[in-house]
Amino acid sequence: MTSYRLSQGGLIDRARPLSFSFDGKPMSGFAGDSLASALLANGQRLMGRSFKYHRPRGVLTAGAAEPNALMTIGKGGRTEPNTRATLQELYDGLTARSQNRWPSLDFDIGALNGLLSPFLSAGFYYKTFMWPAAFWEKLYEPFIRKAAGLGEAAKESDPDSFEKCWAHCDLLVIGAGATGLAAALTAGRAGARVILVDEQAELGGSLLSETATIGGVPAAQFAREATAELEALPNVRTLARTTAFGRYDGNVFGAVERVQKHVATPQVGRPVERLWRIVAGRALLATGAEERPLVFGGNDIPGVMMAGAARSYLNRTAVAPARQMAIFTTNDSGYALARDLEACGVALTAIIDSRPEGAAPGLYKGQARILTDALVRDAHGGKSLSAITIARQGRTETLRLDGLAVSGGFSPVIHLACHRGDKPVWSDAQGAFLAEDRKGLALAGAAAGLSGLAACYEAGARKAVALLDQLGIAATAGSVPTVEGDIVAPATKPLWSIPGIRGKAFIDFQNDVHRADLALAVREGYAHVELAKRYTTNGMATDQGKLSNVNAIGLLAEARGVSPAEVGTTTFRPFYTPVSFGALAGSSHGKHFQPVRQSPLHGWAKKNGARFVETGLWYRSAWFPRTGETTWRESVDREVRTVREAAGLCDVSMLGKIEITGKDAALFLDRVYCNGFANLPVGKARYGLMLREDGFIYDDGTTSRLAEDRFFMTTTTAYAAGVLNHLEFCAQALWPELDVRLASVTDQWAQMAIAGPLARTILQEIVDEDISNEAFPFLGARAVSLFNGALKGRLFRISFSGELAYELAVPAGYGESVADALMEIGKPKGLCAYGVEALSVLRIEKGHVTHNEINGTVVPADLGFGRMVSAKKADFIGKHMLAREGLTAGNRHQLVGVVPLDPAASFRTGAHILAKGAAATLENSLGHVSSSCYSPHVGSTIGLALVRAGSSRHGEEVMIWNGLRGEYTPGRLCDPVFIDPENAKLKI
Amino acid sequence: MASLIACPHCGRRPKEEFTVKGAALARPEPQAGADAWFDHVYLRDNPRGPYQEFWHHTSGCRRWLVVTRDTATHEVEEARDAALWNRETAR
Repeated sequence: MTSYRLSQGGLIDRARPLSFSFDGKPMSGFAGDSLASALLANGQRLMGRSFKYHRPRGVLTAGAAEPNALMTIGKGGRTEPNTRATLQELYDGLTARSQNRWPSLDFDIGALNGLLSPFLSAGFYYKTFMWPAAFWEKLYEPFIRKAAGLGEAAKESDPDSFEKCWAHCDLLVIGAGATGLAAALTAGRAGARVILVDEQAELGGSLLSETATIGGVPAAQFAREATAELEALPNVRTLARTTAFGRYDGNVFGAVERVQKHVATPQVGRPVERLWRIVAGRALLATGAEERPLVFGGNDIPGVMMAGAARSYLNRTAVAPARQMAIFTTNDSGYALARDLEACGVALTAIIDSRPEGAAPGLYKGQARILTDALVRDAHGGKSLSAITIARQGRTETLRLDGLAVSGGFSPVIHLACHRGDKPVWSDAQGAFLAEDRKGLALAGAAAGLSGLAACYEAGARKAVALLDQLGIAATAGSVPTVEGDIVAPATKPLWSIPGIRGKAFIDFQNDVHRADLALAVREGYAHVELAKRYTTNGMATDQGKLSNVNAIGLLAEARGVSPAEVGTTTFRPFYTPVSFGALAGSSHGKHFQPVRQSPLHGWAKKNGARFVETGLWYRSAWFPRTGETTWRESVDREVRTVREAAGLCDVSMLGKIEITGKDAALFLDRVYCNGFANLPVGKARYGLMLREDGFIYDDGTTSRLAEDRFFMTTTTAYAAGVLNHLEFCAQALWPELDVRLASVTDQWAQMAIAGPLARTILQEIVDEDISNEAFPFLGARAVSLFNGALKGRLFRISFSGELAYELAVPAGYGESVADALMEIGKPKGLCAYGVEALSVLRIEKGHVTHNEINGTVVPADLGFGRMVSAKKADFIGKHMLAREGLTAGNRHQLVGVVPLDPAASFRTGAHILAKGAAATLENSLGHVSSSCYSPHVGSTIGLALVRAGSSRHGEEVMIWNGLRGEYTPGRLCDPVFIDPENAKLKI
Repeated sequence: MASLIACPHCGRRPKEEFTVKGAALARPEPQAGADAWFDHVYLRDNPRGPYQEFWHHTSGCRRWLVVTRDTATHEVEEARDAALWNRETAR
């Protein structure tokens, strides 16, 4: 007793057999089959195990809402769990595996959960696994996740490629059934730019499962002819295998196209999925309606199926879902299946119609027994349906059969219309939730509650005309082709609860929520729709309650004695159906995850043996190990000593560089820096502090005046982009009257620091001009000629290390060869390459700050820059808030140096500073170590710290406490400048 | 948040190209006083309805714009160059 393939009919290509496997068992199907239809054709009705109780499950639907037939497809990195067999096209060599069963689908140990079900009711997890709390993470959750679950993601990386793109159109039509095709034809013929998307492999929607004729040809043929016409129109783009999954602001829709999910081996060079963002002038939802299940006992036993799905398998793929069928319906649509079953020679025992009056007179002319005013109370069977119990007028009757088709009415698919927060409206007349037309969006056909092909076609065409009219595009609806055999099923009163149920009556199949769970939620005070959802998990599975939500709402309404309108719905959110991470990531993975920025001196650093460190997008040279050096510290200590004793060369190209020009450039800088720049002479550099409007320091750097109306600003590496944005804001939004222009030149210049007592001697060999202390004193900045006029560069006498130092900028393309030349010249004098680690040690020794200290909580005075802040300037960014009491108080955190009492001891950045003898608590923390390093010059670890009233605490003994690691280091606060506090070295 | 912003210089562009700074407020005069500056830096209205914000077309023309968007419907009513806004509105 099972499903089978009919000997004729259907849209499958019997000349193209395909072989595939299910749980290792070889099977065969035909081109045109879905995985689900092929499994049914092979007699495989048991397709999965349920989430919680591990109940045997078969396929319930033929579309996107499928809750049961979820499988793992593919192998290795191409493994895709939770694939709906109803949407998966069959291909040759497809491997499918069932999920959530062990050791096998037929014999599943987890099914014991079914026996435990009295203990596994709604809220069970919340109530049971409360104690002890520590067990949750280690024991309960892993166990529950293993026992109740779906498929597993692959561990291997996905070998396929994905892409994203944009599309624009006048009219986006979502759904290519009778409604959508009519709309697309109408708009396409009128010359409008149309995009028609449909989730199925072939356009046509329900027409592909119909036996009616349209315009004298079978519905499926009509769909194919319409598709051919649309594809021939240059202004129309048809996208099959494409799910519109979300509607966003500005009438932008997200859609995912499964380009190569229906082939065994995707072609290289083409994506397997493509994520579309579609900007629609207007959009028409022709998404159809979802048939509602009925909530009777055992309604999940394999063999129970939605009536529309049964029709689809029968007519489209020539598969009989069972040998002996019955139909349980609340409306006339069930009779369409009755007619088709009999036409295909499948035995139909009975039609159980919940309505006392039964179907419209004359609708059904077949042989089946019709039981009106009757309900299916329970279905029976284990892995396959064997009988049903019918309740009718106080009596019960049992029928032996192996297939039951169910129709509980239709819920329009309105998700996309509700994604922007619009609430659906309950219609008593339709017995369903409907969505209203929105700005830019309309619903038509079954999605708007219509029934019947002719009515849907007419509505699709009419709504397309109306939407295009709003855009000023004239279109005409044309005449509706004659439809023969159309079944129009007027809406009927919904049937929520069925009395006398014995077995489990499922509402949410995928999350195993049954009627008693919902009743418990109501009893325990969780009857509100949002609470009931979370208490029972109804509607929270990967199908997001497509089949279950309306039934749950109806049952809640009944339990509360109110209308479904009063219960309302939960919130509709994207995604309509699950979208793969691959599609969302697009090409942004692996080495394309983010761009890599390399300095123009990257090659130079590499050949000098640099170890690189990622800083944002940059790869910076961190240190340059030499033979025999086994730890990074050895290299860094050597580099630091070399700079202090001879000279070093460091790549500083990644500092932000901004060229500021214009008649008002000096005035502009005066307003963006807290210190004065208007009086900066040409040929000089100056350290500048940039504040935020709230008075705190934003960034620092040097700015040089190259001409009256030309400045060259450097920023920190991390804030390069932010500072330019900020300057542009000031120039455009605050002071557009100033004549000032800004250009980022970070990538135009290779910039290198040459630091150390021998820096000048080395540099003078390539610089044509005299750079003696007299000719080019500290803070000089000028254009220079290099290599006897071969190259122009810029030279700045500035120092981050505290040594005699220069920064030389040359056009980026020359950077590597200039650095090479300097290394060659400097070699006899001991010049070494040094990286950012040594740079950091050098600057900490000198007490120079970085963003470790400029952390958004410090004002200039906190860092000892109080006197830099101009008192003369009437205005600059941050001036007005800087005067606040709290920012001038004496007990603020201020910059100090810190050393361990025992030079052999060390401490780490982030450690807290405690007063000597104070208990180690955060309340007692006086501040923290913001930077630390081993200082070869001092001969111990040193640090910079931000300490309450720190500048008056030099010499005070403190405890340096690292609570995370339990480290306590006795230390002493000191001046933050550890080397050359008189700045004598800078001026030699 | 609108999906597309009609930049007056570049046309309709995806919102990912833009950076939002916050309320479009005119900067007080230097002598405006502590209260005015405090309001300017810290206090913001949170209206339901049209709201003017500074948006930067960071990955486009790099112009700062004043975008008027409805906080309830997310509709963008207007996007104009901030320099123009400054000249015509801010003072």
